[in-house]
Amino acid sequence: MSTKAADVVVIGAGIVGAACAWEFAREGMSVTLIDSGAPGGGATAAGMGHVAVMDDSEPQFALTRYSQQLWREIVDELPDDCEYETCGTLWIAADDEELAEVRRKQQAYTRRGIDAEVLDAAALARAEPNLRSGLAGALRVPGDLVVFPPCVARWLIAGATECGAQVRLGTAAVEISDRGVRLADDSLLPAGAIINATGHGAERLTPGLSLQPRKGHLAITDRYPGFIHHELIELGYLKSAAAVGTDSAAMNVQPRITGQMLIGSSRQTGQESTDVDMAILGRMLRRAMEYLPALARVSTIRTWTGFRAATADKLPLIGRCSSGQRSSQGRLYLATGHEGLGITMAPGTARLLVDAVMGRESAIPPEPYLPARLEKGDSA
Amino acid sequence: MARNEHYDVLIVGGGPAGIAAACCAARAGRRVAIVDDNPAQGGQIWRGMTEEWTAATQSPLAASWLRRLREAKVEVLAGTQIVARPRDGVLLAETDADACLLAYDKLILAAGARERFLPFPGWTLPGVTGAGGLQSLVKSGLPIAGRRVAVAGSGPVLLAVADCLRDHGAEICLIAEQAPWPRLVRFGCGLIGSPGKLLQGAGYKWRLKTVRYRTGCWPVAAEGDGKLSSVTFHAGSKTRTVACDYLACGFGFVPSLELPTLLDCRLDGGAVWIDDWQETSVQGIYAAGETTGVGGVDLALIEGQIAGYAAIDCQDHAARLFRARERGRRFVGALDRAFALREELKSLATAETPVCRCEDVSRQQLEAYGSWREAKLQTRCGMGPCQGRVCGTAAEFLFDWQRESIRPPIFPADVGTLAEIRPLGKQPGK
Ligand SMILES: Cc1cc2nc3c(=O)[nH]c(=O)nc-3n(C[C@H](O)[C@H](O)[C@H](O)COP(=O)(O)OP(=O)(O)OC[C@H]3O[C@@H](n4cnc5c(N)ncnc54)[C@H](O)[C@@H]3O)c2cc1C
Ligand SMILES: Cc1cc2nc3c(=O)[nH]c(=O)nc-3n(C[C@H](O)[C@H](O)[C@H](O)COP(=O)(O)OP(=O)(O)OC[C@H]3O[C@@H](n4cnc5c(N)ncnc54)[C@H](O)[C@@H]3O)c2cc1C
Repeated sequence: MSTKAADVVVIGAGIVGAACAWEFAREGMSVTLIDSGAPGGGATAAGMGHVAVMDDSEPQFALTRYSQQLWREIVDELPDDCEYETCGTLWIAADDEELAEVRRKQQAYTRRGIDAEVLDAAALARAEPNLRSGLAGALRVPGDLVVFPPCVARWLIAGATECGAQVRLGTAAVEISDRGVRLADDSLLPAGAIINATGHGAERLTPGLSLQPRKGHLAITDRYPGFIHHELIELGYLKSAAAVGTDSAAMNVQPRITGQMLIGSSRQTGQESTDVDMAILGRMLRRAMEYLPALARVSTIRTWTGFRAATADKLPLIGRCSSGQRSSQGRLYLATGHEGLGITMAPGTARLLVDAVMGRESAIPPEPYLPARLEKGDSA
Repeated sequence: MARNEHYDVLIVGGGPAGIAAACCAARAGRRVAIVDDNPAQGGQIWRGMTEEWTAATQSPLAASWLRRLREAKVEVLAGTQIVARPRDGVLLAETDADACLLAYDKLILAAGARERFLPFPGWTLPGVTGAGGLQSLVKSGLPIAGRRVAVAGSGPVLLAVADCLRDHGAEICLIAEQAPWPRLVRFGCGLIGSPGKLLQGAGYKWRLKTVRYRTGCWPVAAEGDGKLSSVTFHAGSKTRTVACDYLACGFGFVPSLELPTLLDCRLDGGAVWIDDWQETSVQGIYAAGETTGVGGVDLALIEGQIAGYAAIDCQDHAARLFRARERGRRFVGALDRAFALREELKSLATAETPVCRCEDVSRQQLEAYGSWREAKLQTRCGMGPCQGRVCGTAAEFLFDWQRESIRPPIFPADVGTLAEIRPLGKQPGK
């Protein structure tokens, strides 16, 4: 095989690595994409595929909104198996206190140009008749969409290949050094720039990132078209997603274009096994049934788990990596740490990296996501 | 909350292996139960048989075991399907009405095998069924009298199925066995060591003597407009078309490994690994019958008894059956060699033939990928309600693909069951 240096070697063919390979290849750069397994077979095969604008912090909002705009540019080209649909999100308020928060969110969204409306109890009941009665209302964000991530990853990779990218599957990267990326078969891929997009396992190649794997459970049902119409998420999900160190389960139920429902979601830290944990699964399903009682007799056909890569400040690591600088001479870039938003943020992440490598200005300020912010914190 | 029960010995599967195990374990006041997902007991072969009926017909063996089962005071939880393991020593089960948690000290897995179905053009037409599948349908009331049935695939089970269907009035137009005649002759000579089998085989042959039995013959296409009207078979160097209303088709059996896999039992060569006492690699969990390798009813009965005795520490009783088990296993080895599937069957499915019926995925779509997992993620193959029970088994044979890990529920189960709360409620419309 040729040892001519590629402009960019992307390690990891999940949704993030696939998006990076596609963007770099479209810029006319020579790209090699490698993955130890099947494309989109990691967290990308486990995630719900909800592409949502989120406002936990200003940078989170900026990157999710930017990314959702980029998603909109490609969705019409996606083949059917990518299961794209704009179902919108309902953030459900159980009581008046949560409804007050819904009102605050509504203003924050509209102020920044995102469509959002408040549904009162009656409007919510009309919109989603299978929700239990007695809920206070909801925030409706109509522009949020869903996709089937592994097929999108495949489609992005095919696009990259059309622009000349090379893809090597089935061989792991074992080391990133000043000479390039060394693979498990001992071959060496020299590279101008190296992107570590290996998800929650990124520390195996780049130690010292302090990523915390957070395990999640999901269940998929048989087909019940029309059972729900929006992705339904309890407002408390935001607390559950933000809480660090405790196990949590919040109601998050998504309608698929197939008529199936995806039921989530849980968060657990300190777990390594990929096995389904029946205790937390049961808790998660009971929570979903508290909101949607008729789920009790809905048939579940499979459950599974996946890991989200969490960082200390709940923002991803995107940009040049300084801790690996010595051995890789400043050519190493990171694209990981997206926690529960990697599907959403993949297109924005790829653009930020292309800009960084090419020395261009980005559409949104890149600083909040630069890996250096957490490294500094460590040494201080 | 879900109902709770505790058993000294719990047996999953109410076929011959499970019945034999239960009869042997139900001694000295032990609480023993059999769980079976079918509403009628008996497993595949004795399904729905009653003691009186079997005694009056040619099934004295079934009659005697069903009587022993009644006398042993074993609880039979029919229509109860094991779906998950919430924690060690407890299984979660679902019935039509509720969910229940079944705790055990010892567990015996006797969940049998299922038929291997291989895709060929037209296999999804109404009228094309599994061989055992059609037998079950007929036993539970499907009218078959006067209908023309072709039985195809491989193994002695084809004779059993044909015999049963004929008993119910079907007109058997052909039995197509894929194995070549010379292999069967060699096998027939080897049978002298197993007199019981020989008689059984001869009995079927006698009753089926007017039926055409062709070896080296297999279906290449099923035809019909909306439903089956004829089947084209490969026979010798020619093809021939046979008009029929049903094609009952089965290419041997594969052990049901979902539950043992979920329980972390070690597998060996496509079956559950067991020691001399039928104990699996997990202490306190035993396996008997087809889960340990497809061996037929005689071997299932012997293994069931050994497992039942061993589970209650009656090793001396169990050890007395070792020689009979050895004979049974030799027979199975010969059977496997005689009825091994031929390579030609791998090319029955054309590019457009659906392999996964739940998600409508063709052979050609699958061939673009290098592994079961990749194909599944990209095409949804195996993601439907049957979770790859049919297409995964076929893909294993067609492409040598290994299937991925087992996840709960091992059968589709209600959200309320997995949540371990299941008040009665209406099923929402699909
Ligand atoms: C339960 C759950 C629900 C989720 N729901 C959503 C959602 O609704 N919306 C959303 O936006 N996000 C969601 N997420 C998060 C999302 O799934 C992830 O953030 C995203 O998939 C991360 O993609 P990735 O490409 O970074 O990682 P991965 O998909 O894990 O890809 C990493 C790839 O790197 C490869 N790899 C690893 N090590 C090596 C090596 N040494 N050499 C070569 N290759 C290697 C792996 O094989 C893998 O293919 C969810 C996550 C979970 C767990
Ligand atoms: C479709 C089919 C048809 C057959 N027809 C014949 C025939 O006509 N003649 C013949 O000699 N041999 C036949 N055999 C072979 C014969 O049944 C076996 O050789 C013998 O019955 C093996 O007994 P077993 O107890 O291991 O399995 P089985 O008799 O298959 O019994 C297993 C039982 O366990 C139940 N079960 C499985 N999983 C679960 C679960 N998770 N929860 C609850 N219950 C569960 C099943 O519904 C089944 O009733 C047939 C086999 C099959 C699969």
